[in-house]
Amino acid sequence: MDIKVALVGNPNTGKSTLFNRLTGLNQKIGNFPGITVDKKTGYTKLVEGRNAEIIDLPGTYSLYPKSNDERIVFQVLADKQNSSYPDVIVLIVDASNLKRNMLLFSQVADLGIPMVLALNMTDLSDKQGIYIHVDKLAAKLGIQVIPISARNNVGIDKLKAAVAYTNKIATQINAVEVNFLAPKAIDEIKFKINSDNDYYALQVLHQHEHLNFFSEKEQQEIEDIEKSNHFESSKIQAAETIARYKHLSTILADVVIDKGTAEKFSFSDKLDSILTHKVWGFAIFLLILFVIFNAIFAWSSYPMDWIEIGFGYITEAGHKYLPAGMLTDLVLDGIIAGLGGIFVFIPQIAILFAFISILEDTGYMSRVTFMMDKIMSKVGLNGKSVVPMIGGLACAVPSIMAARNIENWKDRMITIMVTPLISCSARLPVYILLISLIIPSKTILGIISLQGLALMIMYLISFIAAVLVAWVMKIIIKSKEKSYFIMELPVYRMPRWKNVFYTMFEKSKTFVFEAGKVIIAISIILWVMASFGPGKRFENIDNKYQSALLDTTKTEHVKTLIATEKLENSYVGILGHWIEPAIRPLGYDWKIGIGLITSFAAREAFVGTMATIYSVDGGDEDTLTIRERMASSVNSRTGLPVYSFATGISLMLFYAFAMQCMSTVAIVYRETKGWKWPIIQLAYMTAMAYFAALIAYQLLK
Amino acid sequence: MKLSQLQVGETGTIVAFTDLEMSVKLMEMGCLPGEIVEVERFAPLGDPMAIRVAGYQLCLRKSEAAVIIIQ
Repeated sequence: MDIKVALVGNPNTGKSTLFNRLTGLNQKIGNFPGITVDKKTGYTKLVEGRNAEIIDLPGTYSLYPKSNDERIVFQVLADKQNSSYPDVIVLIVDASNLKRNMLLFSQVADLGIPMVLALNMTDLSDKQGIYIHVDKLAAKLGIQVIPISARNNVGIDKLKAAVAYTNKIATQINAVEVNFLAPKAIDEIKFKINSDNDYYALQVLHQHEHLNFFSEKEQQEIEDIEKSNHFESSKIQAAETIARYKHLSTILADVVIDKGTAEKFSFSDKLDSILTHKVWGFAIFLLILFVIFNAIFAWSSYPMDWIEIGFGYITEAGHKYLPAGMLTDLVLDGIIAGLGGIFVFIPQIAILFAFISILEDTGYMSRVTFMMDKIMSKVGLNGKSVVPMIGGLACAVPSIMAARNIENWKDRMITIMVTPLISCSARLPVYILLISLIIPSKTILGIISLQGLALMIMYLISFIAAVLVAWVMKIIIKSKEKSYFIMELPVYRMPRWKNVFYTMFEKSKTFVFEAGKVIIAISIILWVMASFGPGKRFENIDNKYQSALLDTTKTEHVKTLIATEKLENSYVGILGHWIEPAIRPLGYDWKIGIGLITSFAAREAFVGTMATIYSVDGGDEDTLTIRERMASSVNSRTGLPVYSFATGISLMLFYAFAMQCMSTVAIVYRETKGWKWPIIQLAYMTAMAYFAALIAYQLLK
Repeated sequence: MKLSQLQVGETGTIVAFTDLEMSVKLMEMGCLPGEIVEVERFAPLGDPMAIRVAGYQLCLRKSEAAVIIIQ
């Protein structure tokens, strides 16, 4: 790669739109070494065949971090050895709110890394009657300033050229003299770390605890310098911020000309007065949620049918044309069946993420945060917990990572503890399968689908459970730290369809690959365990039916009997039977028991497991889909259908509450840096799931 | 007077902060001494509040607005 470029900027400045614009689908998400913040990198062609690696750093208002996410920005920019240390920084600012955005610029500029200023949202600032003298600004700052509109693809080529031609030595004019803030301490640090940059030295004084490239001895020495000079971090930060703004005022005085139209925000204001209205605000929020869940069912049914039929066709054709044998069975009944179980949910996951990304993009999500803060803070959460919790609809793993945006420790801990209760996309397959089995596919009042309604109720239950648990934890967990809620409310904008598309693509891909790995592995293990049994049990079954098979008129029936008996006597069958006494009060048979066992790795494995079990189980092979086979299965003990209303509800509640996800346990361990919290979480969720399912089944049966 | 005591539509000029740590965060977000703030609206349940400052909308809890002294 020719050069490394870091994107730095405030939140809501269109940084990720620019990132998508530059890299297209040519991006990947990884981790910064040693820390668990998502690192988005991508590649772009600049000019004359030169390539650049683009690193998207988390959005922040200043180099002084308020959360772990924001901390990354300085950690990367301070460390020349860091693999993400950029050759050029593209600092992106919102042209319609230049002064506040330039605070971060002036801090970053003083670190002395070559940079380019991207003036984004020029379309918006034009509309607001704000004129910016680009050349004058560039001359005053000493760097290239490129007006762009990432959303409308304006100026991107010029920005690429500017990056390619940026001088290897920083040209920015030193913005603010910071030495006066703590002259002696700064000089001592400069001598100690052998640097001639006052501002870097000052930052080291403030943030050295979070810079892991200093040895323990160096940390102690810096600490000593702080102590001997009575270095007061907050006070000095405040003084620096004021000095910077003062400097910016003089720079921007004749650069920004505000033709002053008072009507600037009238549209957003009008929308806000409806969308955050006492009554309408909440009503609209509920309506939006309902539309989303209705769409998940209604729009996805055709593509899901195609995928189901497609996989059915592959299996059928495979059995017809491939040589019969162990390997063919493994591939078709193990792997292909498992794959089909994953692919069929892509339409729904894509639709859910399309909606989430539209809500975020338009600015509506921050209004939801604003509306919900009071309720959330009552139960020990924070308005900002809404984002992880809504994200929890998709997947708890990234959402628990997103909880890092919550500055307060206790708020964050409670958010982490309850986020896995929110029904994630992995539960969606389970719900959909079960709802389609126990709820009739009817509409009431012409438009409301009963199945959609049932799904929405499952989601509401999960939210209520999360809120209740949070409230209990608020009482139990003790902390003295203050909780913050200072947040920008961006103006409403049209969603960027490209971003929506990228999100859909990205999340579906992650689901297929991440969940897919686990599911395929489980499918294979399961197939093996379902196809073999201990000792001579299988042989005995074959012997038992040998004479019956001679009667050629009943071959099909006998084969089914053999398959079923073999499954019962296989390793999984034995395991399922073994836990049956514990789950019989919940209304489950041993086959569901197998599903529960495999779902402890990942919930969606339930569907794959059912697919594998019921295709091994045989029945009328080829003609029926998995769903139809499950619907027609009867309990061998009672002769009644296995998937009765009571069992279905009980099973859905179990899946709603149980912590059946290895990845979530792992991420909670990583985020809380210990086993205490993940173990508490696993224990309380499993207990809750068992008792909720027990009560539901006993009441409904 | 504290910012949290203003009604919707009322404006004031920031003069000082009563909490040092919070003041850094607020200033980074554009709430500087000398800036004019206007109360835009309160959340449906009365808290937090949305204010207009430095050309954009900021929301904060009343308890946080209470550290901002205005004129």
